[in-house]
Amino acid sequence: MRARTIDAFARLGIGRALSSSLGLVSGGFLILLILVALTAPWITPFDYAAQQLGNSNAPPGWPHLLGTDEFGRDVLSRVIYGARTSLSVSATAIGLSVIVGMTLGAAAGYFGGMFERAVMTVVDLTWSFPDILLALIFVAIIGPGLTSTMFAIAIAYLAQFTRLTRAQIVRLKRETFIEATVNLGAKPAHILIRHLLPNAVAPVIVAAMLAIGDGIVLEATLGFFGLGAQPPTPSWGAMMSSGTAQLFLAPWVIIFPGLIVAVTVIAVNLFGDELIRALNIRDRLRGT
Amino acid sequence: MSLMLRVDDLAVAIGSVNPLSGVSFALDKGETLGIVGESGSGKSLTAMTIMGLLPLIGGRITTGSIMFDGNELADLPESAYRKLRGGRIGLITQNPMTSLDPLRKVGPQVDVVARLHLGLDKRAAHARTLELLGDLRIPEPASIYHLYPHQLSGGMKQRIVIAMALAADPDLLIADEPTTALDVTVQAQIIRLLLDLVADRNLSLVLITHDMSVVAQTCDKVVVMYAGRAIERGTISAIFDHPSHPYTQALIGCIPRGLAVTEQLKGIEGTVPSVAHYPSGCPFHPRCPRAEGICATEPPPFVQHHDSAAACHFAVEVAQ
Amino acid sequence: MSALLEVQNLSKEFTSQRGLFRPSRSMHAVNDVSFQVPKGRVIGVVGESGCGKSTLARLILRLIEPSSGAVRFDGLDLLAQRPSEMRRLRAHMQMVFQDPYSAIDPRYTIAEAVMEPFQIQGKRFAAAEATATVCALLEMVGLSTQLATSYPHQLSGGQKQRVGIARALALKPALLVLDEPTASLDVSVQAQIISLLERLQDELKLTYLFISHDLALVKYFCDEVLVMYLSRVVEALPSTDAPARHPYTRTLLDSTVEPDPKRRRHIAPLAGEVPSPFDLPPGCAFAERCPLASERCRTETPVLSNSGGGHAVACHHPA
Repeated sequence: MRARTIDAFARLGIGRALSSSLGLVSGGFLILLILVALTAPWITPFDYAAQQLGNSNAPPGWPHLLGTDEFGRDVLSRVIYGARTSLSVSATAIGLSVIVGMTLGAAAGYFGGMFERAVMTVVDLTWSFPDILLALIFVAIIGPGLTSTMFAIAIAYLAQFTRLTRAQIVRLKRETFIEATVNLGAKPAHILIRHLLPNAVAPVIVAAMLAIGDGIVLEATLGFFGLGAQPPTPSWGAMMSSGTAQLFLAPWVIIFPGLIVAVTVIAVNLFGDELIRALNIRDRLRGT
Repeated sequence: MSLMLRVDDLAVAIGSVNPLSGVSFALDKGETLGIVGESGSGKSLTAMTIMGLLPLIGGRITTGSIMFDGNELADLPESAYRKLRGGRIGLITQNPMTSLDPLRKVGPQVDVVARLHLGLDKRAAHARTLELLGDLRIPEPASIYHLYPHQLSGGMKQRIVIAMALAADPDLLIADEPTTALDVTVQAQIIRLLLDLVADRNLSLVLITHDMSVVAQTCDKVVVMYAGRAIERGTISAIFDHPSHPYTQALIGCIPRGLAVTEQLKGIEGTVPSVAHYPSGCPFHPRCPRAEGICATEPPPFVQHHDSAAACHFAVEVAQ
Repeated sequence: MSALLEVQNLSKEFTSQRGLFRPSRSMHAVNDVSFQVPKGRVIGVVGESGCGKSTLARLILRLIEPSSGAVRFDGLDLLAQRPSEMRRLRAHMQMVFQDPYSAIDPRYTIAEAVMEPFQIQGKRFAAAEATATVCALLEMVGLSTQLATSYPHQLSGGQKQRVGIARALALKPALLVLDEPTASLDVSVQAQIISLLERLQDELKLTYLFISHDLALVKYFCDEVLVMYLSRVVEALPSTDAPARHPYTRTLLDSTVEPDPKRRRHIAPLAGEVPSPFDLPPGCAFAERCPLASERCRTETPVLSNSGGGHAVACHHPA
């Protein structure tokens, strides 16, 4: 049943989203980005950590298509690996957040009462913190690095998925087919797993997609302050950070990572929009 | 008897579909005509077409004519239509919940009609509205005037909508399922009200409904619609005593005659065709107990029989 | 004939919170309702919107908890059952819902929807047996077995309602509660569904509780009729040709028009509107609209009392 929901979502939603020109371009870019991130070890022209101090701050040209940074490392290779870092961190974090958020939201929506109030109050408290602040809190507790970044992203968006799922569950609870299922003698687990969650999933998946975009920015922000991925792991944010020192010497060191972050986020948002249109669920995503 | 409304061979297209074709009927001054059909039969669309509201849904008249008191409406420009709508032709819509502006008091909404079409000033319109509300048997019109739609019950809201339709003293009223959303006892009141108003003001009324019983209770003439066509028309007694079209017969047989000795309730096999897939020839042939080969290929002509006409190849036989 | 269903003094009260500064109001959706449903009979419950008939249906099946009163199904006190026992009992008392469009999970195929009742009640089937069961059920409700692989949105309203009936009958219940099953269907489809229900009642020896606002339909379909007004039963008719004695029932009858132009009735307009259930005046709820209302009616609430031959009326001045 679950597999079929995702399958239907994929066929209906992604298929239709890709059919518009905006959707095709943005979706195509994202697919390309994912492919690049996956095949990074095979397609990078240079080792991203290989320093060539004699060739530092070289402008874009041959063989370094996007130039080199202050340590002579190939910018293109670092950008490609940065994609790997950014996407995997953000996707993992959001994935985690979705699982926990949906569970909490479904339980809160279904059982209601004091439990619902308690969960939603805690969730709303996290919602009231700016993401950066939450991230900094984690970094202060755990220390800098990818793990903190992942936790920060996961917690920052937990509220959104919990609220969204709960709203869906509350709406669906009132549908006649749920009443019919109760009337047939179904246990709450059956109703939640077989009917409520599968019907609630579509807007959550779209919100997750948009959150991955935000997560990439958050990761880059943390990286910019040196709090995200630690060297030598390349991260777009860290690259931009070290690039500021060379801004007038070698602007390409900051431009290219910055550009790719911007384009990725734009693509994610555009494609997310097309998905919403394709699935016709704009009304269910209000308030996120 | 002067002719108030005459629709001749009307056909409508919306995009590439033809939801209405071959619709013809006539209404004299002071008469009540019932347009009856199930969902998807095109009855509301017919009302919209008469009111010139097709452009709102991207439709256009492809053939036919609509004569209103001697004036052709089919090619009337929007500016002229605007004067007619709410003026000489009043429309009562199906759902009073959505035809009233929820943000304005109901009284002024009725005033607006009189001010627009009769050129009355504020005070005169207000007085006229109060009078109208009284005619519609609304208790304490002066207080009701200042209420908002959400403060009124369904039956009251419908009376306000009727008031708006009557405010400019129309000659023709078109009521599109005016009682469907209401309780049975309220429905009876509204029907009684409409009948009294029609009699008092010598109005012509087109009553659109899916309910044959309501038609039997109120109308002088009937048009039965199916799949966008007017498949039978005639006087009320002709239609109910000897319906000549198999669909009309079957439709009458679907009504639980609860108050009389029970016969077996029979449905009609199959389902109403969707607009995109109207059957060829006679649209009813896939479900018709009397259908033969010719019904699928030849659209049937209208066969006159006493006081009714039916579009059926076997109309005369069916009527026995 | 033993009673399959027995309802005693059933009531359901709803309270609406109106914010911090206004006192909350309460109303009775169902007030002190008692009746019996003998096995094999078709009992109709008729009333207009807000009379509480849908709430009554849900109380009987314990989809909502009553505020007070008792419901006995085949001798068992329903309200004393634990959740697990209640779930098993539900197989014997099923409901057909008003809205066929939202009664089936849109993501389920018809076959899955029809199999679900068995799944829920823990009955396992081998693949071939499952297919046979689905086909048998679909045929029983007059649907082509080819529809088994279709989705709800591909079916018409009438077809969806047949699926709803198939689902309700899958577990072979003894009691079927029908909550306005044809209200959102076209007249010709309504007739189809009613014919189907008649046939099924005959074949499967079912007992029906038929809820509707359509008095003509109820009189055609049912053996006995309960008339509800604003949460109470105002009249219980033992047969459909029993003369109506309560003024409200008579009004309902008068409002039910016949499809016969020769029998036009002069409808006496009923004064007033249905009062809000939150602000019920004391005494009989129908008093302010009743042509026979007296002082007693405005102070003393009439009780449903037997007037002989299984006929009961709640009125101080019954006909």
